[in-house]
Amino acid sequence: MSALTLVEAVRTALARAMDEDPTVLVLGEDVGKDGGVFRATEGLFERFGPERVLDTPLSEALFTGLAVGLGAQGFRPVVEFQFDGFMYPALDQLVNHAGRLRSRTRGRLSCPIVLRAPYGGGIRAPEHHSESPEAFFAHVPGVRTVIPSSPARAYGLLLAAIRDPDPVVFLEPKRIYRAFREEVVDDGKALPLDRAFVLRQGRDLTLLAWGAMIPLCLEAAGRLAEEGVSAEVVDVATLKPLDTATILDSVGKTGRCVIVHEAPPSYGPGAEIAALLAVAGLFSLLAPVVRVTAFDVPTPLPRLEDLFLPAVADILEACRTVLAHR
Amino acid sequence: MASTARATKEARKVAVEVVEPTPAIPSAEELLKLYREMLLIRRFEEKAGQLYGMGLIGGFCHLYIGQEAVAVGIQHALTEKDSVITGYRDHGHMLACGMDPRRVMAELTGRVTGYSKGKGGSMHMFAKEVRFYGGHGIVGAQVPLGTGIAFAHKYKKDGGICATYFGDGAANQGQVYEAFNMAALWKLPVLYVIENNRYAMGTAAERHASTTSLFQRGLAFAIPGTQVDGMDVLAVREKALEAVRYVREGNGPFVLEALTYRYRGHSMSDPGKYRTKEEVQEMRERHDPIDRLKNLMLERGVADEERFKQIDKEIRDICNEAARFAQDSPEPDPSELWTDVLVES
Repeated sequence: MSALTLVEAVRTALARAMDEDPTVLVLGEDVGKDGGVFRATEGLFERFGPERVLDTPLSEALFTGLAVGLGAQGFRPVVEFQFDGFMYPALDQLVNHAGRLRSRTRGRLSCPIVLRAPYGGGIRAPEHHSESPEAFFAHVPGVRTVIPSSPARAYGLLLAAIRDPDPVVFLEPKRIYRAFREEVVDDGKALPLDRAFVLRQGRDLTLLAWGAMIPLCLEAAGRLAEEGVSAEVVDVATLKPLDTATILDSVGKTGRCVIVHEAPPSYGPGAEIAALLAVAGLFSLLAPVVRVTAFDVPTPLPRLEDLFLPAVADILEACRTVLAHR
Repeated sequence: MASTARATKEARKVAVEVVEPTPAIPSAEELLKLYREMLLIRRFEEKAGQLYGMGLIGGFCHLYIGQEAVAVGIQHALTEKDSVITGYRDHGHMLACGMDPRRVMAELTGRVTGYSKGKGGSMHMFAKEVRFYGGHGIVGAQVPLGTGIAFAHKYKKDGGICATYFGDGAANQGQVYEAFNMAALWKLPVLYVIENNRYAMGTAAERHASTTSLFQRGLAFAIPGTQVDGMDVLAVREKALEAVRYVREGNGPFVLEALTYRYRGHSMSDPGKYRTKEEVQEMRERHDPIDRLKNLMLERGVADEERFKQIDKEIRDICNEAARFAQDSPEPDPSELWTDVLVES
């Protein structure tokens, strides 16, 4: 057991998966010789060789399609995109091919691929390098979308994603790649891909979030506790399929819900969860659901990023809004 | 079938049978201009690197140091009617286009006086008045855009061409070839300039490209191409003059590959593990485009050391003034976050 950062946990899970299954391949921009822009694949090239750790050209549509072909042939390619914004050129292969192979072949072929990317803002990077595109992926039938929020969950969820028989988009919050360490047991145990994690129990309201918003929500919950408010914090983690039971249970208990995400609000994941609550949890709500999100504008330069991204103060304000309803 | 084969053969002829003549030496006045423009890019980028180190430039910053001869040499073959578009290593092209160093630096530092009001940053600046159409962060995405700009030049019959720059990394993006196809079919006035600096971010060209003679990449579309020493501004200028003439005469696109080298990392946050220090050192010491031109000018008596010192001082003053202007300019008002997204209806 050792205390790892999130990026180290990703690397540990990749090595574990490659070690236990020879069909697992790693490919992407600079992942081999260079070890990846965030060092997530450092050492894999040396350990597993150039046949299994492949540097690709800067051709996102190509290497995503390549992964679909490999997947159809029983390989388990794990593709790294250098940054979130570079995933858009690959959307065609994901939507039209990866997500539909199982359905098109009526289950005769599957596409056990993982598309990994550093994701989200908070590292003072401009657009293309600070995007939160999870809604694009979660909208696609036949594709799972998973976002870890801690080293241990990154390890367990990435192993699960690699072992899963279907395509998984695995978004790694780069802002917390090295923000804190957590004990991670490299025992090969995967976490479920359809379960939200209740990180803090509470009675008065539910904070729903994922990725780098989780530490902010935990901080907000701590502050609220000082004021005598008991906030539950749920890490949604698997955006698609969504663990509706855990969400409904939590909001059923607290009656108040604040959803926090980095992506813009319109047609975003928060809207989906709010719809779930309206459809299946309406009578347990004591207050309208509040979303804390970025805005419907392109990711700005660093100087406006603080304004763009949700902060603890925004979360607290939203909590006070839902608490005001008695 | 026969005509296609002939066209390909013609293109191959142009592409392969290029001999490397010693470039013609332009006038003393033009030599001085070329020198100043390259030096301006070099010093400007050094200053940008400093400001980045001081935390004044946020986000990513891709410096053009080492590649100066390409943008400057090409620009000397273009006219005021022509347009320019490039990728994310774009500061050099902007300065070569005649954009104001003060406003470029202001944009790098995210100030309202910048070309994108401090909202675009290093990779996303535009200047319609000099027909510079960006600065684009997605690798290779500017190639279809440049082809579209060329289409407009042709449609409007304004006599202009579009210089569309991309790198060896972008040369493996599929949309580059989708653009080549239509540019050739429609005989669009577009000059594709491939700046081959040998590394696609951290991966060497030999490891990401099946063929590294990128000037031949247009052959399948019967687009002629040629290669030039991108560390020699006179050679770039001369080849660019020929290529621009070919494109402007209505023959369709042309591919000009400049073999160049970036001294700094892919971006400011590049650990540079993929190449040796010796390799970088060798390029800096033996192939530097600015030293090369300076030596030639000294040999020919175009300018003496005293004159070069004076030029260096003038250029340094311009860059210091750009940095001062940038730092003295205000940051965008928070309300700017919501502007220029859609026109209010």
